[in-house]
Amino acid sequence: MSLWAKHEKIEKNATLLLVLSLVVVSIGGMVEIAPLFYLENTIEKVKGMRPYTPLELTGRNIYIREGCYVCHSQMIRPMRDEVERYGHFSLAAESMYDHPFQWGSKRTGPDLARVGGRYSDDWHIDHLRDPRAVAPESIMPAYGFLEQTPLNLEHIADDLVANRMVGVPYNDEHIANAKIDLISQAQPDGDNSDVDALIERYSTPFGIDPEAPNVSARAFDRDPEDITEMDALIAYLQMLGTLVDFSDYEPMADANLR
Amino acid sequence: MSVHDHKPEIDAATGVGTTGHEWDGVKELNNPLPRWWLSIFYISIIWAVGYMIAYPAWPMVSEATRGVLGYSSRAELAEEMQVAAKAQSQWRDQIRDLDLTEISASPELARFATRAGKAAFAVNCSQCHGSGAQGAIGYPNLNDDDWIWGGALEEIHDTIRYGVRNDSDDARYSEMPAFSEMLEPKEIKSVAQYVLSLSGLDHDPNQASQAVEIFADNCADCHGEKGEGDVEMGAPKLADAIWLFRGDSDSIIRQISTPSHGVMPAWGEKLSPTTIKELTIYVHSLGGGQ
Repeated sequence: MSLWAKHEKIEKNATLLLVLSLVVVSIGGMVEIAPLFYLENTIEKVKGMRPYTPLELTGRNIYIREGCYVCHSQMIRPMRDEVERYGHFSLAAESMYDHPFQWGSKRTGPDLARVGGRYSDDWHIDHLRDPRAVAPESIMPAYGFLEQTPLNLEHIADDLVANRMVGVPYNDEHIANAKIDLISQAQPDGDNSDVDALIERYSTPFGIDPEAPNVSARAFDRDPEDITEMDALIAYLQMLGTLVDFSDYEPMADANLR
Repeated sequence: MSVHDHKPEIDAATGVGTTGHEWDGVKELNNPLPRWWLSIFYISIIWAVGYMIAYPAWPMVSEATRGVLGYSSRAELAEEMQVAAKAQSQWRDQIRDLDLTEISASPELARFATRAGKAAFAVNCSQCHGSGAQGAIGYPNLNDDDWIWGGALEEIHDTIRYGVRNDSDDARYSEMPAFSEMLEPKEIKSVAQYVLSLSGLDHDPNQASQAVEIFADNCADCHGEKGEGDVEMGAPKLADAIWLFRGDSDSIIRQISTPSHGVMPAWGEKLSPTTIKELTIYVHSLGGGQ
């Protein structure tokens, strides 16, 4: 019986075909995916990366809930046109705390990987209320209701716990103070707010100088009275792509080439 | 029972063997795969082996094999950026080294700077100021003759570089007080009528005349006695039909009572000095440049 005749057995037996296909796909997976978890150069070594603050994390949840990723990617590819438009190409390190990542594969709107600090908070408010008010060509839906929706703070500590389970380095202190950290960032002048403690928690443990932190606390939706979903979303957007200290990053260093 | 247990049946019409399958009298011919297809299939396998040697491929202990060609998409990008920068360097080096008046005096350089500035404007500025620099409510129109912080080359340059009311130390800063805490609602209403009268718009002359003194006491320091504005203070001109916010009496009352203040990022922190000069030349060229 020739080899071809043996192959005929696979072709005629659907279950065997399925099992053997799975074996082949698993080998592909093991070769292509598994090494990324142990190779030392998968994630660049950079300064400034830290896990999201509770306010940014809830903003990110709103981003996902509203399906922003359907139209906006967060991945600047290493190509000249993208780099000239959006800034430095995205590093793997910049999404190391993303669960799930928001790279996306379709851009109806622009890439948002480095939108942080590009526009004022007022612009984000105007734009989310009515995108056409500032960009007449825009086809983005309006998200003004975020401003009227109080932020749900109930599950914020659980959210940090869930992220810690998948490898985000939140410590017990982060989790114990999740709620107060969130309030401090959105209402820095509030009665119970302690911005210094928030900054300390999100700088020193991650090798960031607390004198030059990359956490920003203010009334993001311009209304210090209450914390809304608008506060959280704008806090998240204004942080995007601003964490890594590029003054310290050498793009042509051997370890950073891909 | 395998088809190979028997000699394959030969189809009479084509002379090709059958697979032995039969459905209602229809039989399947057992044609071999076309030779050209098989050849490409085997060549692809050989190609893949060569590819794995030439390019980064196999994961090893601490990193993947780098391939004998030493290819890196990031290094390729850096090279591409260098080539592009070199191609533009004959103009951009001069823009970097010369000052703004010298650039605008050279037709060739001014033309390059305007084009480059237009591209940078579309990427960075159009979201607020509009793709035609026409502005939006709360975001100044850059085509007209009204300048909040000045329309001369140097003034535009500093506004772009340092921005307005942001966190940077050199940002331009002004803050109109909330007059709802200082004036009576009735007084604010009459000031709004007076402001309308300054621009020659429909207004109530009685109310406006009541506000002459209030305006002189409270507003003229920054906005000027006749509402001509002051670029040193960032106080907009009021005596014309150009409005940063809306020009109806309700909106004017709101702006006097609890003013909105625009914020502009410090682009010097994000863009190169050359790009900022190009943006300056472009914005200056839009029609209102002084």
